Formats: sequence, C-alpha cells, structure tokens
Amino acid sequence: MAMLEINDIHTYYGNIHALKGISLTVEEGEIVTLIGANGAGKTTTLRTISGLLTPREGSISYLGNDITGVPAHDLVYQRMAMVPEGRGVFAKLTVQENLEMGAYSRNDKEGIARDFERVFELFPRLKERRKQVAGTLSGGEQQMLATGRAMMTSPRLLMLDEPSMGLAPVLVDAVFDAIVEINKEGTTILLVEQNALMALSIANRGYVLQTGQIVLHDDAAALKQNEMVQKAYLGMD
Amino acid sequence: MLKQYFDRFSWVDFFLRVFQLAAVVVIIVGIFNSIGAAKYTSGQWVTLVFAGLAQGSIYALIALGYTLVYGILLMINFAHGDVYMAGAFTAVFLANSMAASGFLATHPVWAVLLLILLAASVSMVLNVVVERVAYRPLRGAPRLVPLITAIGASFTIEYTFRGLYGAEFQSYPIIPALDGQYWNVAGFAIPYTQIVVLVAAILLMAALFFFIERTKIGKAMRAVSEDKEVARLMGIDVDKTIMITFAIGGALAGAAGVFNGIFRPQGVFFFMGFIPGIKAFTAAVLGGIGNIPGAMVGGLFLGVFEAIGPNLILEGLGIPAVNQLRDAFAFTILVLILIFRPQGIFGERLSETKA
Repeated sequence: MAMLEINDIHTYYGNIHALKGISLTVEEGEIVTLIGANGAGKTTTLRTISGLLTPREGSISYLGNDITGVPAHDLVYQRMAMVPEGRGVFAKLTVQENLEMGAYSRNDKEGIARDFERVFELFPRLKERRKQVAGTLSGGEQQMLATGRAMMTSPRLLMLDEPSMGLAPVLVDAVFDAIVEINKEGTTILLVEQNALMALSIANRGYVLQTGQIVLHDDAAALKQNEMVQKAYLGMD
Repeated sequence: MLKQYFDRFSWVDFFLRVFQLAAVVVIIVGIFNSIGAAKYTSGQWVTLVFAGLAQGSIYALIALGYTLVYGILLMINFAHGDVYMAGAFTAVFLANSMAASGFLATHPVWAVLLLILLAASVSMVLNVVVERVAYRPLRGAPRLVPLITAIGASFTIEYTFRGLYGAEFQSYPIIPALDGQYWNVAGFAIPYTQIVVLVAAILLMAALFFFIERTKIGKAMRAVSEDKEVARLMGIDVDKTIMITFAIGGALAGAAGVFNGIFRPQGVFFFMGFIPGIKAFTAAVLGGIGNIPGAMVGGLFLGVFEAIGPNLILEGLGIPAVNQLRDAFAFTILVLILIFRPQGIFGERLSETKA
C-alpha cells in the first residue's frame, strides 16, 4: 500500500475551484515531483495534503489512515512535514529556536539532540549562525533553515514547496543535494518545483499539473523525454 | 536635496512641527517655573516618584495583557480592563473575610498570596472564556468585528458585576503589617505598600519574561505571533496557544487587581476597570504595542509621568488644582504618542506593515 494516497480531491478558495479532482500516490522511499506552471495548483495540492486546507470532496490517506480534514498541527505528530513556499522561517527567533520549534511535537530528548547534529552536518552554515536571528540570514540560509526545521519534526514524508525559489544557482544545487541526502537517509519526498529540469533529475516519478488537474504522470526519466513537457516546462523546442 | 525636502513639506507637516515645538516649550517653561518656585522638597518628589512607580507597575501588568494579545492576534482586547476589575472585585470579599477572621493580621504573607491566587484565577478563567465566546468564532473576520464584540464583552462583564453586587463601592481592608510602615532610606520615607507592590510586580514581570524567552510554550507563543500557518506546520496548536496567551494576560491583570487593592484600598466597583484599562492601553502603545518589554517600561513610565507630571509641568504654568488633571495628563500623552511616534518607544517600523 502506498504511503500517501490522494483520491480525487477538490479544493476551493471561496468560490474558486482550485483543485479539480487530483489523484496521486507516493510510495515509501520515493522522490515524487509535481511540476506545472504558476497557478496550476501545485501549492494548493501540498497545502491540502498537509491539512492547511480541507478538500470539499475526495479523500487523502497517509500510512494507512484516512487523514482527510485532520488539522495540520495533528499531522505533524503523524510525522508529515512541509516546508512552505517562501520558507516561512520565524524571523525574530534565532536559528536555534527555529530548529527547536521544529522539534515541538517531540519529547525524545536524545532523538532531538541526534537530529540537531544531523541538521548541522547537512547544513554547517546553520551551526555557525545558531545564535543569530533568522531574519538576518540570506535567502539560501533561510531555505536551509526551513528544510532543517522540517527535518527536526523527524518526518517520514517531507513535502517541499519551491525550495529553489529566489536562490542563486550554486545554492539551488546545494539545496537539491541536501534533498537527495535526506531521501537517502529514508525520508520520502514530495517536491513541488518550477525548476522542472532540476526536479525531474532527482525524482523517481513526476506529475504534471495544469489548471487544477493532473494531465500527465510518468517516470521522471520518461517525462524528461516527453515532447509536451520539454516544450512547456523545460524550455526546449 | 533641500529643495526636494521643501517640495514634500506640506502644511500638515508644518502644523505638526509647530505643535511639537509648542509642546516642548510648554514642558520646559512649566518645569522651569515649578522648580523655580521650589514648592516641593526633594523628599516630596521622591515620594511622588515611588507612588508613580507603584501605580505604574499596576499599569504595566495590565498593559502586558493588551500587548500579548495584540502580538498574537493583532487585536485590542477592550474587555481587558474589566477582566482586571473581575479579579479585584472577587478578591475583595475574601480579603474582607480574612480581615474579619484575623487571618490577615496573623498571616499577612499567606493572606496576600491567597488573594493573588484567587484574583488571578478568576481573571484568567474569565479572559479565556471571553476569548472562546467573543473572539474565536470571529477569527478570520475583518478586524473591526472582534473590536465590537470586545466592547460588548466589556459591558457584559461590567453589568454582570453590577447586577450581582450593586453599584456601591467596596474597599480592601488595610493590611496591619504594612499600615503606616515606611522604609527610611537616605532621608526619604517610602510606604511599605508601594515597595511591596513594586517588587511583586517586577517579580511577576521577570517570571513572564523568562517564560516567553526560555520555555517551549513561550517560544511557541512567539512563533504563533510571527506566522500562524507555519506554526501549525510545526505541530503547534494555534488555538490552544492563543488560549494560553489570554490565560496569562488575565492572570497578570487579576494579580494587578490585588496589588491595586493593597496600594489604594478604596474604589472597588463594577466600573473600576475602565480608566486603568485605558491607561494600561496607553502604556502598551507608549512602549510599542505587541512589544513585551515595551509594555513593562511603558507602564512604569506612564505611572511616574502622571504622578509627577502635573506638579512638575502644569503647576509651573499657573494652572490650579493640578492633581485633578492627572487623567487628562495621561491621555494627552496618548494623543501625543499617536501623533509623533505611533510605533511607541520600542516599536519597530515593521509592525506598521503588520497592522
């Protein structure tokens, strides 16, 4: 059985029908990516899965449980994490405190200490800046912090919304390397990205979204070769 | 560059500059004349300052409730003054029965602690109920809406107490252990009541500061005040955190109610929360609303300012019966801050974009 199974969800913003029947599955250990243009519904899909939005129709199951309508703060205890678009670091809290907030749902002191070490190993920059207020970090460092903070929840499924947004190419590489590393250590990844080429190069499978619907689904390698994807999202003619 | 400056300079700016200058001139002339007249001894000034600090620490405790709630919800809980009244009013009955039984005379420390415990619990529960009933259902509504229910909650609390206990004034008993006792230092005599209130209030504020800065729940409160959605993604139950914020604010207001009773026993009645509530709000704005140290400093500053201000500034201008102008003086400060420094002493520019 799949780790995450989304069955025909419809999500609305007021009267706006944002998701028009999305179905997708994520298997344990995979990297799955959602690609598509602005406004296709990628972020809405992640927000619906993470419990920030409630779908009007359809169901979501995670680790065998029906989680449709379960609020976001409860899903964290079921080891699901999301790094939101625009990172969302707590600007007035220090790096250390931001990471502590990541561990809010946990009580295992040793596990938390171990994860602190793990995050600092993955992102040594954060260790240097532990005492610094997060608002003073650069964009790349904030993305590292947001990712590290999500790791502190000890997730089995980690969702990332546009981790490359606004970052210099060198930093994009660093962030994607970290994502691959996190996946190797056993965390399943669901990645939303505008940078489709980068996303497809690390993913196992991909879904293509267009105006609230999935129009294409295949292995990442096959999607890269797909003519329509090449034209619309990879900038090739 | 100078030309650019003058191009942008409007008549409103001109008026504000003149107004600012006039305020400064009035203050300087007033102080100069008052000190020149030498009507008060330095001992009297010190007495006034200490009375102001004690009063100001009460404002500060109430102001913290406004500022904590504003920080997290960006709303002004206008029922907060009445939450303070509810604690003070409930504890007055216990205080009087303890005075009648002699417990207050034999065990003053325990008696006061019990009073604080009772008042803080009542105010805490009441504030949580107000949030649950009047604010939570309106989360996500336009910001004017909870403001109106806040005023409704304020009237409901006031007239519930009026209905229950009538409109008469109650008063706290005099605590024998503190009555007529002065701390004599460097030739100045400071009443024990003021010292007790000031020290207790500062201890409470220190505890709050530690709680917010160091504990897990305190950090969660700061996280929620920055970004509720991301806080939820950390597993923080936002509604519960907001409830805790109201509980803490209420408890501090209740404690302030007892301190007020120690410091100034008379005047406990259903409407007693109104003026201190608005003054504490002034203090919170003065310090920069949403800013915790700001509320503390703002409260103490306002207390001292309104204690010495009338004598120091107004008397020198030949205004009669200055002490009756205390409230007018405090609210003039509110108006001046709102005009010249709306972000308060510690407020950041950032909070304007937030608001």
